[in-house]
Amino acid sequence: MADHHNYEEVVKKVYVGLGVLALVTLIEVFISLLGKGHIFESAKDMRWMLWVAGFLIIVLSAYKAYYIIYKFMHMEHEVPGLQVSVLLPTALLIWGMIAFFQEGGSWNARRQQIKDKNEKKVNQSVPLEGSIYHLPDDEFKKYF
Amino acid sequence: MATETIAEQTELQEKDGAWSGGKEPFRASYGKLMMWYFLLSDAFTFAGFLIAYGALRFSMPTWPVPDFVFSTAPFGIHGAPLIFVTFMSFLLIISSVTMVRAVQEGHRENKNGVVFWMLLTVIGGAGFLGCQAWEWNNLIAKEHMSVTTNPFGTHIESGVYLEGDGHGIKEGDTFNAGDSYLIHYHDGAYDKLKYKSNETGEIKEQAFGPKSFGALFFFITGFHGFHVFSGVVFLLIIALNAASGLYVKRKNGYEMVEKIGLYWHFVDLVWVFVFLVFYLL
Repeated sequence: MADHHNYEEVVKKVYVGLGVLALVTLIEVFISLLGKGHIFESAKDMRWMLWVAGFLIIVLSAYKAYYIIYKFMHMEHEVPGLQVSVLLPTALLIWGMIAFFQEGGSWNARRQQIKDKNEKKVNQSVPLEGSIYHLPDDEFKKYF
Repeated sequence: MATETIAEQTELQEKDGAWSGGKEPFRASYGKLMMWYFLLSDAFTFAGFLIAYGALRFSMPTWPVPDFVFSTAPFGIHGAPLIFVTFMSFLLIISSVTMVRAVQEGHRENKNGVVFWMLLTVIGGAGFLGCQAWEWNNLIAKEHMSVTTNPFGTHIESGVYLEGDGHGIKEGDTFNAGDSYLIHYHDGAYDKLKYKSNETGEIKEQAFGPKSFGALFFFITGFHGFHVFSGVVFLLIIALNAASGLYVKRKNGYEMVEKIGLYWHFVDLVWVFVFLVFYLL
């Protein structure tokens, strides 16, 4: 809050904040384009670049979130109890992300499994020799 | 009467117990504390949407590539991935900074300063909404993406086009697995191009992209845009109140400006994650 520092100092800090957020955003966009091969054409063939770029962008976004909450929303001047009661519940989201992303991945695997099985089915549509499905109708009904 | 009330209050404040009513929990005013908890609950709502986006994205074999989908900007700029949306992010960051300045002027009880910086914040928010309106109009009216139809697809095999679309793809053009395409809309129907697969030699047609993409995009950016819109409305109301001198008379001064400031920074914070999930990854 303003009463902790003198006015000019506080105003200067705000514009430093603008610089930090703008710079981090530009770096994020650059890394994203780099990972997808817009800056070096050859990066398109490197799948691992996408994962490294993704990880870096997530870290930078988390830093931006920290900066906005602590500097702009003045969370740093609140008492520890308030900080914890607002920020700690969001840790549940880590569980949410792990659980739901794994679930999504599993839907993908299952769709692929069903697709593969559908392609195989064509060769297996003839009933097996010696099964009840080869018996005459009156014989067949005895089984039900 | 008045002296009695003051006497009662002093008595209350002298009580030490945490539950006797003399103390503010977490040394924050009721309004600010409740704003923090409202923002926490709102963060969970947005997180729910963004996690749903992630789960659906993981569940599809292909997903539209953001730097192909979002590569158009006003004034006829094409093929400029993420440029327009980076500009939109800057608008929100700048309006967040002007909001911090408004809160600082509030601490100094400088009425004109508060109103000036709040109005700049309103301009930033309105500019962001204008950009979003342009983006939506481009996706809906020009590229014909809807809540149920997603014309942004990704090739799953390499091949050769057997026809052109009049938008840059010509007959005989080749493509690889993983390349993106947009199915154009002509005369009331989507113009799915025919192509010959390099792997099987079969003649196939371009397929639509994952159906949920449009619904997720319009719903999540729409929900964020609605937050920006209500933020702009509240900023205007509070700027008018400040200009009329309402907060000069109040015991807690310009706390209302601080509370709308918290909300406005939160809108910027959510955009950090919408930008991350929809555009950067």
